[in-house]
Amino acid sequence: MKQASSPTNAELACGPFPEIGGYAVIGDCRTAALISKTGCVEWLCWPRFDSESIFAAMLDRERGGFWKVSPLGNYSVSRSYVKDSNVLQTTFSSPSGKAELTDLMPVRDAAQCSMVPDHEIVRRLTCTEGELEVEVCLVPRATYGEAEVKMCNQGKLGLRMTDGKGVYWLRSNIPLKVTDRCAFARKKIQAGETLLFSFSYSQSSPAVLTPLEHIPERIETCIKWWQDWAAQGEYKGQFREEVIRSALALKLMIFAPSGAIVAAPTTSLPERIGGDLNWDYRFCWLRDASLTIRALLELGYWKEATGFLDWMLHATRLTQPELRIMYTVFGNPPPRERESEVLRGYKGSHPVRIGNGARDQLQLDVYGEVIDAAAQYAFHGGRLDSEMQKVLVDLGKYVSKHWDVPDNGIWEPRTPPRDHTHSRLLCWTALDRLVSLATKGKLQRAPVDEFKKQAEAIRVQIQKRAWNDALQSYVSELDGHEMDSSLLLLSWYGFEKPESPRMRTTYRRLRERLSTPEGLLYRSEQLPPEGTFAICSFWEAEYLALGGGTIEDTCKLMTSLMQYRNDVGLYGEEIDAKTGQALGNFPQAFTHVGFIGAALSLEQREKGEQQLGHRPESATVQKTHQTQAA
Amino acid sequence: MNWESWIISGFIATLALSSLLATSQGIGLTRMNVPYMLGTIMTAEREKARVYGFIAHFVNGWFFSFFYIYIFQARHMANWWFGLLLGLAHAIFMLTVVMSLLPSLHPRMANESKGPTARRQLEPPGFMALNYGYQTPLSVLVSHAAFGAILGSLYRLT
Repeated sequence: MKQASSPTNAELACGPFPEIGGYAVIGDCRTAALISKTGCVEWLCWPRFDSESIFAAMLDRERGGFWKVSPLGNYSVSRSYVKDSNVLQTTFSSPSGKAELTDLMPVRDAAQCSMVPDHEIVRRLTCTEGELEVEVCLVPRATYGEAEVKMCNQGKLGLRMTDGKGVYWLRSNIPLKVTDRCAFARKKIQAGETLLFSFSYSQSSPAVLTPLEHIPERIETCIKWWQDWAAQGEYKGQFREEVIRSALALKLMIFAPSGAIVAAPTTSLPERIGGDLNWDYRFCWLRDASLTIRALLELGYWKEATGFLDWMLHATRLTQPELRIMYTVFGNPPPRERESEVLRGYKGSHPVRIGNGARDQLQLDVYGEVIDAAAQYAFHGGRLDSEMQKVLVDLGKYVSKHWDVPDNGIWEPRTPPRDHTHSRLLCWTALDRLVSLATKGKLQRAPVDEFKKQAEAIRVQIQKRAWNDALQSYVSELDGHEMDSSLLLLSWYGFEKPESPRMRTTYRRLRERLSTPEGLLYRSEQLPPEGTFAICSFWEAEYLALGGGTIEDTCKLMTSLMQYRNDVGLYGEEIDAKTGQALGNFPQAFTHVGFIGAALSLEQREKGEQQLGHRPESATVQKTHQTQAA
Repeated sequence: MNWESWIISGFIATLALSSLLATSQGIGLTRMNVPYMLGTIMTAEREKARVYGFIAHFVNGWFFSFFYIYIFQARHMANWWFGLLLGLAHAIFMLTVVMSLLPSLHPRMANESKGPTARRQLEPPGFMALNYGYQTPLSVLVSHAAFGAILGSLYRLT
């Protein structure tokens, strides 16, 4: 081995920022790590998604910390996940040889409860052809780059690192030179030679140090675990591979101990490069709960759907009957928002925010999301126990009293509250579903007459004041004249039929105002400049699949949208209309939920099956109303 | 020997010792988890190890209290400060002697000179158990001092 001298600053730097879509993600359903195409782990928070980071080069190349395992010199890269798994394989090809890097965070279940580290990243680099000189560089920076980590070589046990809270261990079969700031090595490897790495963290008990020779077996076990999970998916349509990839991405963002789903595993990846639209998404939004439950249930992932519903109804009990818009994975309010004084942001997009200031906003749509999710669960055959029923009735009573209050709305603008159409729609949805549940005997002690009366009042208000005659379209706010993409959901929640004249003209107007030449959709006319919003395009695809368009229209749009996935099938929050690059936090759970939903509705349409079959006809809107409105 | 007083005071002191050690771990003073370390002597399964280890640690504490009582009786002196001194001595012995010997005694604890193996994977405690956090000695001293002080104040000499 060529022993390296202490790395210089240039060697410490992990190269220029990759595109946001250049990252792949690995995880263990507790947290996730983002890895660039150069084999560099650039984002990792342990022990859970919203913990402090140990690697954050994604947000600051010099101060964030990273762990790189990659060849030196010129090389090309190809990546993929091992089929139906979240185990990442990166192939480096250079003129002198080829090497394959396998990255994963081992998942644990009851069958694997023997001694393994609590939290671990396992990496294996195998030279498959010729020879390559590889570089290994570990630069840990705790607490979002604010704290340095003490490193100590513990001989054959490995490198031990402490940050005052827990202990990190790096074990490898390559000797690493330790300086005060990093661990570093260079080595020429030849065909058949393998480098093994285990980087683990223990916060509350003595660390478990696994033998490196177990790594190949553990990788196989992990692949099998993911493949078994993926095999439970019941979708058999034309986009099976892509849908399973989205389901696997979604599973990575489900926090297994509580069942919560984080919006994304990252913070402050910008919605506009160089701008200040940088938010912390490592929390659980109740928004989109309804679409998420539908995706999980119809894919056959009952365990995850039940866990998510349980989390929504029980973890939020401290604030019930009021619901916050977001919670931590254990149902606590997210920390107050602060700006990092160290990290300078992705490509200079600052500030880097930790915590989320939108946590205190009022968004009335969350009530409809939670109640609709519970209703779907029940209509799919799930049982709502008496405690769940009580929670739902209390939420319904709250909605009955407060639906007419201005709120911040689905897009969370940091502006004064307004009368948002989408919020009214979800309040109507909440009451309509409760009446449905009560009518079908799945909900006891609900004041059905009161819920019906209030639902009717909301319906009349939406049809009168959210409809703009001049535009011949529904609009974002009552008595307003601007539009946003959430209007596409009027059909999804059963308020308007997709083929109704009102929805057709609304859709046409929406395309005129919010669509790009490439067919992508901005979310709103009122928000500052940003990328197009990926989930809105999937809402559009689903609207078409539900009857707003033809099967061909839907397939064409779906196929077009799939080109915006990255090389390993992941979507971000937004898509840059000019470059097609991902923007915002990455990967984004709800974009994948949107894709799955659209694919499910398309499959049902193609097969002539009932769409949104879990949802009975609206319980409070008479068909005649819709006809009259038309 | 006042057997009844030993059983009651030993139980209460052991309860306090276990609670203090668990609290130290919970508030992040130390990663030392004695029930887990004891349990992994018996099984490699985490959840079982914690349960077995808790039982073993509790019985062990009760058993150890017998030696305290024996000294109280021998010196014919039982009060909180004498118990506290015995507890401190006990803690120092645990930190300096037992923790150093543990990698050799524990069947699943790794060793710095040999590295982890298929059987030995648990992180060793190091001198004064400092590998489990710099405040580990403090946690051990305080919890054992409390153990001794409670025994000394509750035990009734015959």
